[in-house]
Amino acid sequence: MALDLSPLDRELLGGAHGAGAAFAMRLLVRFADAVDARSFLDIEAAHVDGCLYHGRASLDFAERMIDLGGKVRVPTTLNVGSVDLIHPELFRGTKEHAENGARLMRAHIELGCAPTFTCAPYQTLWRPRFGAQIAWGESNAIAFANSVIGARTNRYGDFIDLCCAMTGRAPAYGLHLTENRAARAVVEIVSIPEDWDKERLAVAVGHTIGRRCGALVPAIVGLPSGMSEDDLKALGAAAASSGAVALFHAVGRTPEAPDLETACAGLTPELRLEVTAEDLREAARSLSNLNDGAPLGAVSLGTPHFSIDQFSRLLPLLDGARPVVEIFINCSRVTLEEIRKRGWEDALTAARVTLVVDTCVYVSALMQPGVSAVMTNSGKCAYYAPGNLGVGIAYGSLAECVASARAGKVVRL
Amino acid sequence: MNARTFGAVTLVPGAASGPILRLDEPLSFWGGLDSTTGTIIDRLHPQWGARVAGRVLMMPGGRGSSSGSATLSEALRLGNGPAAILMLERDAIVVVGAMVAVELYELACPVALADRRDWETLAAAASLALEAGPNGAAISADL
Repeated sequence: MALDLSPLDRELLGGAHGAGAAFAMRLLVRFADAVDARSFLDIEAAHVDGCLYHGRASLDFAERMIDLGGKVRVPTTLNVGSVDLIHPELFRGTKEHAENGARLMRAHIELGCAPTFTCAPYQTLWRPRFGAQIAWGESNAIAFANSVIGARTNRYGDFIDLCCAMTGRAPAYGLHLTENRAARAVVEIVSIPEDWDKERLAVAVGHTIGRRCGALVPAIVGLPSGMSEDDLKALGAAAASSGAVALFHAVGRTPEAPDLETACAGLTPELRLEVTAEDLREAARSLSNLNDGAPLGAVSLGTPHFSIDQFSRLLPLLDGARPVVEIFINCSRVTLEEIRKRGWEDALTAARVTLVVDTCVYVSALMQPGVSAVMTNSGKCAYYAPGNLGVGIAYGSLAECVASARAGKVVRL
Repeated sequence: MNARTFGAVTLVPGAASGPILRLDEPLSFWGGLDSTTGTIIDRLHPQWGARVAGRVLMMPGGRGSSSGSATLSEALRLGNGPAAILMLERDAIVVVGAMVAVELYELACPVALADRRDWETLAAAASLALEAGPNGAAISADL
């Protein structure tokens, strides 16, 4: 089926808006063809994931765009980079990696992107509105924008998110279109471990739907009331790590799912799952490969980036004995400013907290080389850290992470 | 040997052949593939430890982090990427990674969508050759 190009698309392709936009549009046309889109639509904003250094190819691409005089055409935020530009001394990787990582981050600023460097742009002033057409990268941000806000994006990867930003256009397919947003799987939580907090429940449910729902949009029934945005953030991040979930509906909680019938848009689901307390316990257990009591080298919190609400939940837990191991907390520059404004930084530093901005512990070389065992409250960090960092991992609740940091070993409460 | 040809849909054009690596589950290249060695490093993946370099990668679909494209482009740049990729579901992240390797380095890793009914037969072949052109793709298998 031929692609229907608008006059603007033709101008972009023909170079009327510059050689950078023309290069981006050329790639978008091939991409649209590959995903079987029939036309393009306007986007209001973009979130670019390409500023994390994966090797020479990511830098070559951004610098090609700069050479062609490219600039973004819509407000564009940036995901985490490889280095903390505010605290560069934290980086322990090679000099070449540090230099290329910083160069890639600055290249994106030169292209007109805002230096947000956060994987939780939805918890900043750049949060999109309900129904907005956007082109976002970063799997957890995609899940949050679609599910919790009701904005519309597909899973845009590196390069193509920047192409959308450089043109203000995205292929009209997938989750941009109403007909593809209905739930096709119904996941019923029939029982919940009694002693669990909502965050742990969110991670276990997310991990489960990611592994079991494939490409189907799930509607989740039976979550307790009062799931916070941070809980749903944890759910989406876990689901987008163990699976390809870009949109979930939490029935009674998320905007496109006031009830199950609306979430399913009248369609009969292709898959029905019942999830029990024992399934959830097993899902949480599968995220750890360290035994209880195993010695730890560090604790990592804030994957996705810790919000100010999460810091306010953490602070009372830090009262008491000074932890034996360092607690890394990843957050955005804006959250760091807010922490300073509230006078919380001293209390955090006194409790062995190292604040990391612009990047994230599990994608960067920030921990001491000797650290071989890490504990986290994040399903996403637990999923990726062993492969990325070559460390053993323990997943636990926020309170367990703090207690474990204090004891220097994996503690269960 | 019995050579057979199967129709497929071109996602990224090009021609390549090689021995098969069949993935039993979708793979996220980011966090799942080490571009400097071409090895699968996702400890929860059934093909953990396998090398994708030079293989015709049969992967049913993509999965996980949206940072997979750059990992694929970088693996291809370093000569550690697959020779070709066959999928059952369209995956934008895989397609973009392969396209950028063509645009920046003129390195072709053709990607095609195979027919679900042919999947088991294709997986039984020792090696596959893929020719993906603008009007469709053909997969040749020695069975």
